[in-house]
Amino acid sequence: MNLWVIAIKSVRQRALASVLTSLSVALGVMLMVVVLVANGMVERMFVQTATGYDLIVGPKGSQLELVLTSIYRIGVAGEPLPYRFYRELTAAKNNRIADAVPITMGDVTQEGGFPILGTTPAYFALPYMHESDGTPRRFRIRTHSLDGKHSGEGLIRNPFDAAIGAVVARHNGWDVGTKLKLVHGGSDGHVHDEEFTVSGVLEATGSPNDRTVFVHVDGFYMISGHEKPLSEAVARELEFFGNISEESQQAIEAEKSGGHSHGPVPEAQKEVTAILVNIQGDVGEQVLAESRLMSGLNEGVQAQAVKPIVQIDRMMQTLVGPIRTLLMGLTSLIIAVSGIGIFVSIYNSMADRKKEIAIMRALGARRQTVLTVILAESTLLCVVGGLGGFLLAHLLILACAPMVAGYGLVVDPWTFAWGELVLLPVLIALASLVGFVPGMTAYRTDVAQTLSD
Amino acid sequence: MSLLLENIRKSYPEPDGGRLPVLEIERFEMARGEQLALVGASGGGKTTLLNVISGITTPDSGRVVIDDTLVSEMPEAVRDRFRAERIGFVYQTFNLLPAFTALENVLLGMSFSRGRVDRDRALELLESVGLTNRLKHRPGQLSVGEQQRVAVARALSNRPSLLLADEPTANVDLANQQTILELIRTACTTDSVALLLVTHSVDVAQQFDRVERLDEFNTPAAATATPEVSR
Repeated sequence: MNLWVIAIKSVRQRALASVLTSLSVALGVMLMVVVLVANGMVERMFVQTATGYDLIVGPKGSQLELVLTSIYRIGVAGEPLPYRFYRELTAAKNNRIADAVPITMGDVTQEGGFPILGTTPAYFALPYMHESDGTPRRFRIRTHSLDGKHSGEGLIRNPFDAAIGAVVARHNGWDVGTKLKLVHGGSDGHVHDEEFTVSGVLEATGSPNDRTVFVHVDGFYMISGHEKPLSEAVARELEFFGNISEESQQAIEAEKSGGHSHGPVPEAQKEVTAILVNIQGDVGEQVLAESRLMSGLNEGVQAQAVKPIVQIDRMMQTLVGPIRTLLMGLTSLIIAVSGIGIFVSIYNSMADRKKEIAIMRALGARRQTVLTVILAESTLLCVVGGLGGFLLAHLLILACAPMVAGYGLVVDPWTFAWGELVLLPVLIALASLVGFVPGMTAYRTDVAQTLSD
Repeated sequence: MSLLLENIRKSYPEPDGGRLPVLEIERFEMARGEQLALVGASGGGKTTLLNVISGITTPDSGRVVIDDTLVSEMPEAVRDRFRAERIGFVYQTFNLLPAFTALENVLLGMSFSRGRVDRDRALELLESVGLTNRLKHRPGQLSVGEQQRVAVARALSNRPSLLLADEPTANVDLANQQTILELIRTACTTDSVALLLVTHSVDVAQQFDRVERLDEFNTPAAATATPEVSR
């Protein structure tokens, strides 16, 4: 009969106290694991999503707000940039821009209030994020409805095509072929008359794209009221560039002569919320090109270029980091209190168990042996409680996964956070600590005296 | 020789700072396989003597030799191991662990020696004391007579050379007293185990070829024990 069996017997003898003390450890560990996993999810959500694009170019203002609006679809977009700015940026030589995708935002879906993102098909050709090893993650799109009755022509190739994220599809029950309408951004809640048709459904990405409806930027500006009034647009163009383009000039003349175009909205009347930019070249060339582009734009007063990963890192450090530290501190405290619970439970049992310990010593158990039995008991309580805590935490995450998925987060309940690996040795150390004092009581038991009592 | 005590002195501290002498034994010995009944007064030092012999208590001076091994000079951990392997102990109050079954209590007796925990031996011993159908019962589910039989099986589990029995029949009903005594004596005879049995009972003592009165060879200077031998 080894010492573990003896320890298990003793733990079972005090079943209620043992279960309660282990449960307190389990709850502490469960909270800590949930914090660790939640922290990992938040970090992944923010940091990995920020790795999709090298730079974001947008109007002057808060750099973090620009990132949150354009990538995370959080907050309200600021004063947009003229579309001409986007065209000239992509046309410029020697800026090493590999990809530049315009996005425009503001409206939401009538059902579910999901954000509308006007962009070009190029958006889906770019990776939406990179794994920590640099592997790009790309969009995968289903262009046939689940019932096989409808098929799209691919992504947003036509002005009134829409591609929808996985959460939008699930939440609204939409599929390829579904017609949808947009609600104008702002407080008026006006529903636009124009109808869009879902041409593709994106597979879940674990990013804010899952909660987004994508429409073609041309279609976005063909919605009545979305195009900027020509006079305002021209004034803005003049203010922004110091001149007006030939196309704008023609549009003014056409308006003066009473003409009305049914074609695409003139460039001057279109705007972009931001431009997602990737830089080409090796790492050194990229850094140099990014630096040039950023300093070139940021010195001006109208636009700026920001590195999303830098902004998100800063936000994590200043905002999420302290919250995580606080939560970890609190859960550590809970585990410490659980440890004290185990100490009290074992220590209180020592008075009743002195006789048993004396019997074992009389049978030939050495002092170290009875000390080890007590340490084995506290280790059992801690480790069993800890493992129970791990299991409870992951079951809780499993239960919460569908709810979290509603926010565009894909959660694998059996993904382990690195911090969890540290918990096991910490628990064993805690067990040794709390088992030591009662263990020493056992060690010092006066066998002759105790047996004669 | 199975047991030899020479010049044993043992005293305990008193509240006034003095010391109360309990044992002063010039010489005491037992041959291999010998069975001896030790009678003596309450508070006369019988339990202390058993504790000194088993190494649970160390004497202030003197030598305890068991199977030609000087036990009293051993470091405590070695003495513990020696006790586990060479000495069996049967107590008046049985001293079984309440969380363990009858079988587990016997196995526990084997757990602190260097030998393997021999389940077959434990089963054999429990069968020999008539507890084959009580293997999985805990002490609380056994009668006092059955509990003492488990204690006897446990004491014999490591094939000791010396069995110390401290009033083993005192807490057992009359019907079981003789059975327990015979169990112990037969087992000791079969395995040539020396038996030192402490008793108050003249009935028990007179069944032994050798009976010793503790106060005849233990003469502590200030001993104030009351003679107490009952039938």
